[in-house]
Parts: sequence; structure tokens; C-alpha cells
Amino acid sequence: MTMNQAGNGPPLVELRHMHVAFGGVHAVEDVTIDVRPGEVHALVGGNGAGKTTLVRTLSGAHPGDSGEIFINGEKVEIHTPRDAKELGIETIYQTLALAENVDAPANMFLGREMLTRWKTLDDSAMESATREVMGRLNPKFENFRVPVQSLSGGQRQSVAIAKAVYFNARILIMDEPTAALGPAETEQVRELIRQLKAEGIGIILISHDIHDVFDMADRISVMLQGKLVGTVNKEDVTMDEVLAMIIVGKLPGEVTDLDLDQIHG
Amino acid sequence: MTDSPETPTDTIEETRSVGSLLRRMEVDTRLLGMIVSLMVIWIGFHLMSGGTFLTPRNLWNLSVQTSSVGIMATGMVLVIVTRNIDLSVGAILGLTGMSIALLQTEVLPEILGFEHWSIWIIAVVVALLIGALVGAFQGVIISYAGVPSFIVTLGGLLVWRGAAWWISRGVTIAPMDSTFQLLGGGSRGSIGATWSWVVGVIACAGLVFMLVNGRRNRRRFGFKLRPLWADLAIGVIGVAVILGAIAVLNRYYLPERVAMEVAAEQGIAWPEGGLEISRGIAYPVLIMLGVALVMTFVATRRKYGRYVFAIGGNPEAAVLGGVNTRWIVVKTFMVMGILAGVAAIVSTARLNAGVVSLGTLSELYVIAAAVIGGTSLAGGVGTIPGAVLGALVMQSLQSGMVLMGVDAPLQDIVVGIVLVGAVAIDSIYRRRAT
Repeated sequence: MTMNQAGNGPPLVELRHMHVAFGGVHAVEDVTIDVRPGEVHALVGGNGAGKTTLVRTLSGAHPGDSGEIFINGEKVEIHTPRDAKELGIETIYQTLALAENVDAPANMFLGREMLTRWKTLDDSAMESATREVMGRLNPKFENFRVPVQSLSGGQRQSVAIAKAVYFNARILIMDEPTAALGPAETEQVRELIRQLKAEGIGIILISHDIHDVFDMADRISVMLQGKLVGTVNKEDVTMDEVLAMIIVGKLPGEVTDLDLDQIHG
Repeated sequence: MTDSPETPTDTIEETRSVGSLLRRMEVDTRLLGMIVSLMVIWIGFHLMSGGTFLTPRNLWNLSVQTSSVGIMATGMVLVIVTRNIDLSVGAILGLTGMSIALLQTEVLPEILGFEHWSIWIIAVVVALLIGALVGAFQGVIISYAGVPSFIVTLGGLLVWRGAAWWISRGVTIAPMDSTFQLLGGGSRGSIGATWSWVVGVIACAGLVFMLVNGRRNRRRFGFKLRPLWADLAIGVIGVAVILGAIAVLNRYYLPERVAMEVAAEQGIAWPEGGLEISRGIAYPVLIMLGVALVMTFVATRRKYGRYVFAIGGNPEAAVLGGVNTRWIVVKTFMVMGILAGVAAIVSTARLNAGVVSLGTLSELYVIAAAVIGGTSLAGGVGTIPGAVLGALVMQSLQSGMVLMGVDAPLQDIVVGIVLVGAVAIDSIYRRRAT
């Protein structure tokens, strides 16, 4: 069923010929990728490959220098995080992007606060909504009124995820969502990804963990030094082939025995 | 789901320690600590000065002397919370004060006539405008040109002080409009006994409303309520403090000469033993309380305040959340400028003159008040009531030492030590709490 969804639908989001440069250094060079509804599209590559920079163009955190973004086939302009959110693009950043000094509801609604009819912050309503989402994501979560700096890594992660879930993302970008988590919490995040996928949300998953990628992804795009090496269906490749793409930048079929020696050290 | 009632073990443990008792009352322990230190300072000075500190006269003066720094400290909290600093507030106060002094003595009397009824209103509006413009100007340079606030406001300190000197050519400008003078809390600058009680009753009603509304809000979403006894205790103590303060301020009377004037104006025959006319709350104190109330509301109940704190906690998170952080910082400096303007009104009116040195060094007292009041220079942490209490603590130290006849240099030494000591204690407390 997932394969059908991943195979047929028009792309939910498409990044075409994206370029991002930082003072003459090409962080992202002519990258084109797309994500379909209900698909997990993994973005892998070594450090500095340009994965995070690429998705930041989509989340509005750092607009690209050139290239086009299409959502459901329509060209869109994303200049700010607000633009992205209005298009239903939610991002869970690797750094989590939480204001450490305020509580979970304040973080969840940061920039999109619920107001009373007197235009004051409706903290009770925001807390109530946060409790509801957390009840689904992480029922053990109870510290709704303490600054998030006093929460554990897993709890902070669930605050960041709850934000994306609450606002009904159509497209979810997850940058290393499990990097800071223990095994049980990692499994929770994986379960959540399956659930969101079943709801037809398109997910871009950045991960260092090749097992994570093979477990979750439908398609895998590999980046190396700012360029796209290629995009492959998970079913068509082996882990070794993906590793070859990451390390030497060669597609399956182009890999020589010499390359394999290099990969396996 | 998480609103399970406390288990019996909780109850046993919680009745044992004062700390958890306060936690259940949801009282800000830092604020409470400051109130306790203030009480210690007051009682200490009272005993050491031979019973002259805790008198209506001294406490009334203390309240008036605190107002200028207290007003500005409420804005400095927000500036520091956004990880900025404003060293120019004293100079803005000087420039604004001098401008409205010139306006009242040289410009407006020419146009409207001497002591025209509208002069004080125009002076107030102009002061707020100058403060807002200067603050916004500095804020724009900080936010959009990316110059650190320390540098921009250090430059501002020199520029605005120089400007004040320049426009006045270094001379003292006096006297102020007589209605305007009331705003400084001079001999007639208080609202009197009756109005003070009215203010007190309104404050009590506000407190009760807040407590009731808080309970209603929590019930609306089925959250755990604060224990009823805790709400009652806070209500009773709050009402007692408010009414007690009013009673004290009402026990400081007008000097006989002024009382005679008032009696003559109101057609009261001057009685044999003299007439005791209560001063009540002074206008500058009323202004400070109003400012503190509005600023607390803005900081805790408005989006803007939420963003100020979010920027202080993690500027990147605020940007990624879609907050226009630059504009929020500009607004914050603008608010700071307006408050420096308010302080200029109070100080000029109190002095009944514009002088070039007005507000000199007050930036340091304002920053110290905010910091003593629990504002962290690292950003993200601070409260407005804390800053006002901080201002009161510093003024209490100074006026207590004056009462005891401590030499001026020694006064500065003590205030400096207290500033560092208070922050040191606070850091230790914070490290333990986390």
C-alpha cells in the first residue's frame, strides 16, 4: 500500500535545481528532489554534504540562491519560516530549536500563539492543546509548566515533534530526529513516522544511521559535497550500495572492487 | 490523565518542608526572598537609626525617590531579557528632561501664555515622543545594522547627554509649570487620603479578580487547582499589604504652611491645634505602579512579551518560529526610551528644573535594580515586579545610610558590594535549583 502511494501520486513537494552558496562555497549545487504523499524520503550523506542546508531552503530558514520549489505541482516562494508553515511544511531541527527558558506549550505555539478574545495569551488553552497532543505522542510527559531546559533529551524531542504534529503538517522535515535518543525513544519516533506516513504526510528524513534509513525510507537520496549523487528506491539497493554512494559518490553498477575495498576500510 | 490527585505520601512530605509548602502555593521563591531581604534591611536600619526609618515620613519619601529608577527598571528588564543592554537611559532622561523644561519655560509660554492649562499635557506628550524616537532610533541601529547594543547605547550616552548640554547651553532651566510640578510628588503632588483609599480598594479588587479568574481558567480545562487555602492566604496577605501601605502613606501629612493653603482654598477654618491633611500616594509613585502593572501585563500576557522571552532563551528558535525578532528588539528599545521619558517627567517635575546633569549615572542604578531583581544578563530571565523591588532595595540602602549619617563615599561602596553580593547569592541559588 505504501508502495502504491509512493509510486503513483504527483509529487507533494519538489525542489528543482536548488543552489545555495556561502561566500563562494557551494553548499548545495543543482539539487533536484521530490517527495510524494505518504512517502519517507531519506536524505543521506557525510558531514558537510549539504543535507541540512538543502532542507533549510524548504523550511524557510535560509532561502536558496536559485532554484524552484513546487508544492502539488504549483510553484511557491518560501522566504521565511512563516511562509513554509503556511504551506504546511513543518520542520524538526537537529538542534530542536526550542526556547530553553519557557515551557512546553509556549514552545509548541511559538509564533502561532492562541489568543483570548482580549488579544492576550490563552495559556490555559495552549496547555490543554499541548496535553492533548502529548497524550498521543508521549503519555508519560507531565512537565507542562517548567522551562524546557529542565526536561530530558527525549522529552525535549517530543516537544519539537508535538509542534509538527499539532499543526497538521503536510510535509514534515526531520533532521536527525533520533540522534539524541535512547533505544526506547527511538522506537517511539519510528512508530510516529509510520503513523504520519499512513496519514499521507510526506516526510523528508535526514539521518546518519543507515539502519534507520533502511527501516523507514521508501526512497533514498544521497548527497556528496553539495551535489546529488542519485535517488534510489530502497527495494532496489543494498546497504553496501548506498554506502558506496555516500562515500565514493558512485551509483550502483558504477562501483568497482577497488571502491568496495575503500568502503570496508 | 496527568491530573491525578496527590498520593498520600505526597501530602505527608509536603507538609514537612517550607519549600514544598511554597511550591504548592506556587509562590515565586526568588521574589519572596527579595521581600524578606527588604524587610531585613528595613528593620535593620530602623533599629540602627534609632527608630527613624520605619516612619510614614521616611517611607513616603522612599517611595517617591524609588519611582524614577523603578519606572526605567521595568523596561531595562525586557532589554536585558533580549540579551541586550541600554547604557543610554540616563542620557535620554537628561535630554528629554531638558527639552520639556525648555518647552515649558521658553517655548509654550510665548505661544499659549504663562501657566496655560495645556502646558503640562503638551510637555508630557513631547517627553514620551522624544523618548520613543530616541529609543526606536537606537533600536533600529542595533537590530538592522547589527551593531551591538552595548556600543550603540554607549555612543548614545555621550550623544544624548551632549545634546542636553548643547540645547540648554549648560544653564539650569526653571521653573516648571505648576500643574506639571505635581507629577514630581512635591508638597502638593499626592492624591490625598480619599483617592489613596480608592486606589487601594481597586488594587484589592484586582487581586481578588486575578485569583478567582485563575481558578476559573484552570477549571475550564480541568487542570489541577491551586489549593483553596493557598489562594485565600495570598488574597488575605495581599489585601493586608495593600491597605497597610495606603494607611502608612496617609499618615504622612502636609507641612503646616501647605495645609493652611489647602484649608484656605477649600474654605475650611484653620483649627486651633492645626490641621492634619494626609498626602497619600504621590503622583510619581502612582505612575510607577501603573507602569509596573502595564509592563507586567505586556511581558506576561501579550504575544510581544512571549517573544521577548523566547528571543532571550534562543534567538534562532524565535526566528524559526516565525517571530520577527528584529522588530521585537526595536520595540523593546522604543519602550525603554518611552520609560526614560516618563522618568524624565517625574525627575524634572520633582526638581522643578531642567539641569544638564539630570539622570547622570542613573543607567547604572537602573541596570543594578533589574539585576538585583533577578534579571539574568545572559538573557531570557527576569521579572518586572522583581526589578521594581530591586529599585526599592537600592533606594532603601541609600536612604537608610543617609539617615544614619554614613559618608557619601561609603554609601557607594556599600551599594556596590550589595549589587555583587546579591547576584552572587542568586547564582548559587540558581545552580542549586537546577
